Amino acid sequence: MTERRHELRRYPWQVRDSGQLLIVVAAGVWLVASVAQTAADGVTGPRIAIAFGALIAFGEVLRLNLPGDRESAPIGLAGALAYALLIQVGHHQAQHSAHQVVTVTAIGMIVGALPHLAVGRPARLSGMAVRLLCVACVAYIFRPLAGNAAVVRDAGLAFSLMTSLAIAALLLEAVLTALLRVDEQRARFKVALVDEMRLQLPLGAAVGASALLIAFAAEVMGLAALAVFTAPLLVTQVALRRYAGIRATYLQTVRALAKITEIGGYVEPGHSERVSRLAVAVGRELGIHEPQLLELEYAALMHDIGQLSLRDPITGGATIFVSPQDQQRIAALGADVIQQAQVLGSVAEIVRRQNEPYRDIDPATGGYLDHPDGKRDGPPLSSRIIKAANAFDDMVGSSLDPGRAAAAVHQLRLDTAREYDPEAVEALSRVVNRRSVIQM
Amino acid sequence: MARLSWAARLYVAAVLAVAAAVIAWGPFTFPWNSWRDIAILGLLLVVSESTATRLSPGNLSWSASTTATLAAAVLVGPVGAALVGAFTIFSLRRGPSPAQRAFNTGMMALTAYVSGRVFVVMHGHVGALNVNSFPGIIGPFAVAALAHVVVNYALVGGVLWLARNAEATTRTSQGGMSARLLFSDLGYGAFGLLIAALWTVVGPFAPLLVLIPLFVARWAVAQFAEQQRAYEATVGALCQAVETKDFYTRGHSDRVSRGSVMIAREIGMRGDRVEAIRYAGMLHDVGKLGVPTMVLQKTGKLTEEEYAAIQLHPMRGLDIVREIGFLDEALAGIMHHHERIDGRGYPMGLAGDEIPEFARVLAVADAFDSMTSTRSYRGARPTDEAIAELRKWAGTQFDPAFVDAFVAAIKRDGWQRPEPPVLAADELATVPAQDHDDPSAPLRVIDSL
Repeated sequence: MTERRHELRRYPWQVRDSGQLLIVVAAGVWLVASVAQTAADGVTGPRIAIAFGALIAFGEVLRLNLPGDRESAPIGLAGALAYALLIQVGHHQAQHSAHQVVTVTAIGMIVGALPHLAVGRPARLSGMAVRLLCVACVAYIFRPLAGNAAVVRDAGLAFSLMTSLAIAALLLEAVLTALLRVDEQRARFKVALVDEMRLQLPLGAAVGASALLIAFAAEVMGLAALAVFTAPLLVTQVALRRYAGIRATYLQTVRALAKITEIGGYVEPGHSERVSRLAVAVGRELGIHEPQLLELEYAALMHDIGQLSLRDPITGGATIFVSPQDQQRIAALGADVIQQAQVLGSVAEIVRRQNEPYRDIDPATGGYLDHPDGKRDGPPLSSRIIKAANAFDDMVGSSLDPGRAAAAVHQLRLDTAREYDPEAVEALSRVVNRRSVIQM
Repeated sequence: MARLSWAARLYVAAVLAVAAAVIAWGPFTFPWNSWRDIAILGLLLVVSESTATRLSPGNLSWSASTTATLAAAVLVGPVGAALVGAFTIFSLRRGPSPAQRAFNTGMMALTAYVSGRVFVVMHGHVGALNVNSFPGIIGPFAVAALAHVVVNYALVGGVLWLARNAEATTRTSQGGMSARLLFSDLGYGAFGLLIAALWTVVGPFAPLLVLIPLFVARWAVAQFAEQQRAYEATVGALCQAVETKDFYTRGHSDRVSRGSVMIAREIGMRGDRVEAIRYAGMLHDVGKLGVPTMVLQKTGKLTEEEYAAIQLHPMRGLDIVREIGFLDEALAGIMHHHERIDGRGYPMGLAGDEIPEFARVLAVADAFDSMTSTRSYRGARPTDEAIAELRKWAGTQFDPAFVDAFVAAIKRDGWQRPEPPVLAADELATVPAQDHDDPSAPLRVIDSL
């Protein structure tokens, strides 16, 4: 294995997050060009530039980590977009160039990132690069138009132009972020994009509207608009931060309580955690969307919780070595426990049906028993994934031996005629292969 | 407000009549060319009213409608504002009875009119704003907003008072709530000025732009609340799962959690610490799962190894919950909830103030629930007797301050005792013969082997 490790070492540009590198480099090049140009031209409207730079820095300090490892800086982004879309502050025409917008945004971001660095939270360059690129695109389209007489005089034209630019910028952010996630997590692009848009829609709408509000209100209220229209975003952000916090605690708690089965001696140590990690990877491979992926994770973590109701632990806890009736009983008991919570209805359903065979066989003829109307009422995809992942882990356990893993996958494949969903098994095989390559 | 007294009916009718009179007399001063603005602001009001958040049990609810009426007061004057307020009648919210709807409409119209009048009296300029309007407009607007809130409260307070006199059943507990309501009303009112300011620049798009961030903010708050509810329900369900094996301790975690919260509130703990101790109470015995059932339910004396296994359960509990992002205090509470003030507890044998505060609180609630629940070797004790027992051990086993706090809280709020268990035939086999939480019946250990 040691010789092969050498072959598998990759150069920096070959790493799987090459997309990240590309976006960061693109933003960097753009930034350097803009700074040079701004330095050559001199700063227009320094007071306004400082105010917006401060707002962007403030937003970056209050950076937010949303569920699913998403980083977001709503206030910073709104401030930067507003600066790009600014037409008039009080009586004065805003005449700053697109280069200056990029420069001010970048400086604000860097200043805002400093406190994070000081407490040892490294800056995530890719996130900042994505935000900078979106702002830059808007600035380069809109700045030349901002001085245009038609835009200045016709509020309707300005409004529709700015609205469509803000929407386009937020869409661009979603696309770029989705691309990064495809790279990082091996999600499918379409799935990642839909997830991104669905999750970011409310926050994105608030960011876009706030950016427009700041840009328009500056005309009537001057720079006070910056402070006033940041307030609703601030409230949103506080609520979302607490939301993200409780969601993280939720997952940690379910993880911790799933370990009870291990400490009670019912299940091999680490089993639930491994099954859930494998199941989520397989689910992602099969293009499951994020909300359902979370349910899958919960279900996989708690798939053995029904064993707590058993009087005597199953030896070694490996459920595939118990009779199907007992397996069903454990699954049903577990589902009952989860049902108690009343909020995890579909999780309970997934756990309840985790042992059902993929296809039913008529004992008399030996043929498949398919549902009469052609729509088979089989177990949900998540249950089929957990069934395969659970069986795999029962056979392989914490072993890292690729031979053993291959044998287990082979075993699962032999049973795809009835027990296991062939699609789930193939996805699992891909995940396991990839993993053994990384581990070597 | 289902059956209104005649006084309340009269009151509602009076409000409606005044509102109608105000609007009817209005046209003399009514700027007819602003009908479009009134329609748009009315629409805004309908949207805000229809998405109002109901304040639990009472009839009150709050919405962003203040934004619309105050914007109208600035843009179209008192009568226009009253007309915008009257749009309340088109609210899509189900729930209010016709009488309530009529009252709300009259009240909003009247409130809007008064605030508009106040704005004019304070020399506020009615109509579109421009750069020169600021900051001069802020003073009159603030007074108008204040008048809006005051009139609103007075009118609603009046009808509630009359309705309550008739029914005398609804309980008021809205002291803290109305302060928050006041602030949110004034906050939403401030956005009315912003809409008026933006009206100059983007016209009727102003409400749309202003409302999006407000609605998203409210959505975020709702998301948080929902997630928190889901979390609590899940923790509760999983704790019950832990208890299913032992018939006698069913509901124990939940009651210990409640008891600990009672003590924590009584001694004036900070809100987030009360939350933490609630979860600590729910999870304090998860480590018991690591103790073999055989040992937990043994009838005879325990061997030293078995006793050691029991003594380890708080540590095992800590192992399980360590990775949850709770306050560290909650973890310390779970680990040390069997320590005694005199230092003879387990697992570490800490004494006095060395024992974390959470653990001292949990210990009192834990022992109390054990004593007031039925055990196989004895019936449930009456609350008084259990209190006497707590007092007896105060200073040796329990922290006297927390015993006092608990007793005071029970005397005031009462204590909901568990139902005596009804044993199913097949469960007789698993009845535990001793309870490690019971201070009056300490575990019996074989002294020497």
